Amino acid sequence: MSFRTIVAGAVAAAALVSLSAPAFAATQISWWHGMGGRNGEIINELATKFNAAQSACALTPVSKGTYEEALASGIAAFRSGQQPNILQVFDAGAATIINAKGATVAAEDLIREAGYPFKAEDFIQGVRYFYADKAGKFVGMPFNSSAPIMYFNTDALKKAGVEAPKTWEEFEAIAPKLKAAGYIPLVQSHLPWEMVENFHSRNNLPFANNNNGFDGAEGAKLTVNSPEQRKMFEKLVEWKQADLFGFYGAGWNENQKPFEEGKVALWIGSSGSFGGLQKTATMPFGATFLPYWEGIKGAGTNSFIGGAALFAMAGKPAAENKCTADFFQFLTSPEIQYWYHKTSGYVPVTSAAYELAKKDGYYTATPAAEVGIQQLMLPAGEWSKGYRLGFYPQIRDVMNREFGKVFAGEVKVEDAFKTIEEEANQILARFAKTAG
Amino acid sequence: MKRAQFSSPLLPYFLLAPQLAIIFIFFYWPSAQAIQSSFYIEDPFGFGATFVGLENYTTVLGSSEYLRIAQFTLVFTLIVTFLSLSIALVLAVKADAVLTGASTYRSLLMWVYAIAPPVAGLMGIMFFDQHIGPLVDLAALFGWDMRVGVNYYDTAFAMVVIAVWKQIPYNFIFFLSGLQAIPKHLREAAAIDCRSELRRFWTVTLPMLAPTAFFLLIINMTYALFDTFGIIDVVTRNEPANNPLTLVYKVYLDGFRSNDLGGSSAQSVILMIVVLVLTMAQFRFIERRVHYG
Repeated sequence: MSFRTIVAGAVAAAALVSLSAPAFAATQISWWHGMGGRNGEIINELATKFNAAQSACALTPVSKGTYEEALASGIAAFRSGQQPNILQVFDAGAATIINAKGATVAAEDLIREAGYPFKAEDFIQGVRYFYADKAGKFVGMPFNSSAPIMYFNTDALKKAGVEAPKTWEEFEAIAPKLKAAGYIPLVQSHLPWEMVENFHSRNNLPFANNNNGFDGAEGAKLTVNSPEQRKMFEKLVEWKQADLFGFYGAGWNENQKPFEEGKVALWIGSSGSFGGLQKTATMPFGATFLPYWEGIKGAGTNSFIGGAALFAMAGKPAAENKCTADFFQFLTSPEIQYWYHKTSGYVPVTSAAYELAKKDGYYTATPAAEVGIQQLMLPAGEWSKGYRLGFYPQIRDVMNREFGKVFAGEVKVEDAFKTIEEEANQILARFAKTAG
Repeated sequence: MKRAQFSSPLLPYFLLAPQLAIIFIFFYWPSAQAIQSSFYIEDPFGFGATFVGLENYTTVLGSSEYLRIAQFTLVFTLIVTFLSLSIALVLAVKADAVLTGASTYRSLLMWVYAIAPPVAGLMGIMFFDQHIGPLVDLAALFGWDMRVGVNYYDTAFAMVVIAVWKQIPYNFIFFLSGLQAIPKHLREAAAIDCRSELRRFWTVTLPMLAPTAFFLLIINMTYALFDTFGIIDVVTRNEPANNPLTLVYKVYLDGFRSNDLGGSSAQSVILMIVVLVLTMAQFRFIERRVHYG
């Protein structure tokens, strides 16, 4: 054996040892998510924090694109037995993954099996049911939780001499003044989420039969073609014609941009937009609750959780599941929740984290950061807990399509909601068959 | 034709095997899977499937939205094919006639082709952005309130412009080399016989270009039908809403965004049939008139 071979061999062996050493020490777990930009970076920071806090597990987050793409990748991977340990699934995909029994291990079971205590009451009101099964058991672990809230341009309100509206009636009264002050009074970023789904929870109206779909997919039907819902959109159309409402299509950012540029007085966005807005907004801004209709009896209830949850995928060895449970435990600790709340703008999901943020004086300095969680903690109504409907992303697409036509003046509000119900009910009937 | 001789009868099969394996794994097998799942409504995670016969097909074909998309796809394909072929042909004929600085002109006209499709799409939507797009400002000078992503026809217009812009250089390269392959003596003879340049183009140049044009016709139709996927995706920005869509994009939306595998498979089977019919028609009716010299 020549000298060169020996040296090369030694170097290779040393490299191998140094490479594989951490792999022996820590159990590797993977996390697929659908977040980009700043929120994606925050996820990487979160994983780094977890890996630094303990040595038994090593978590690797992988961005799979958008929420929709993350779910599709997770499904494809599961079908070929290559699923990650943790998959982030967004609100509209909740029914798809929760109804697929056997695809996931319920977060609550996973945490208990790992020997940790688990109490649903530790979580704030608005996040308890959306990712849980019928009996209230947490299937998904609420992660980035948001609520649709109304941001206001402080300068615009001052210039027009008005207060941010609490109800749509109040908005109607002040909108002409905002317009006279040179602003577009109102813009929103996600019609299905803000003006349909959460419209139903804020105004305490039934969204679908079968207990908003929570009682099962069989025979589930959307009930959005109501006089109240139609009135909301008839008003929006009326406001748009009077230049009191600006509409820039179905894209989120296209609608957010004019607000950041200071051209818009009121923008309905996500509580999770707060972190980004602090960097991009060119003017001082604040936030308040998503308005409701004073004229609707029982309105003013809480809104339900938006955003996404983390699901532990089935078919993984016990050691890895233990690590996933460790991570869930780490994630819901008050310190990490508070850190995530502060850096991203998403709301804390546990009461303990909320208390910590309050005690730390975070909301005294930035009151707008508290609006989302306060709205989720408002008194609940019978219908304010959200929905559980399969193939729901497809239903949202139908809504966006019809709303686009409504604002283009191609169809009447009445006909749009008729079409939405018809097509949504066909889609729901198809979903009911998937379980067969 | 000369017959090749192989010492062993198995050798040709052995040599063909890699190619056949690729075709089988990446084409026939997925196609068979698509046909099979088009008869089922399936749980996305693969836990349960209900056999529904032709229901996926009747649902798709009975949906007014699907028919609207099919209609748009047809119009879009025809317009994109026509515009990208005709503009490229004009440019090629003119570039072919340039004597000084010819290579500079040619390179300038070709280099758009080097841009990757997603980048082209992104550049396109910057031009058409509602808030910052220079083309939107330009349109505003003529009183056109262009709203890409809001107005159906404005969005369609933007898609056509970006798709055509991206495809012109490709066609240009082929047309130019086709033109340069026309024998000089033929052109000179034609020039002696006929003074009208336009007439010479229709009667001599174009028939000589026919093989190239036929090839490009098929390529461009396929491009408009399938390869514009990336452009549609960036222009609609992940929100189909009431924007114009093509059939391929709808397959993706239903299958990957909505996790409806049965419905999506039925649509891809329908597309396979469309492509089959289209290709057969092109070879049967158009190729007969092409003169291969």
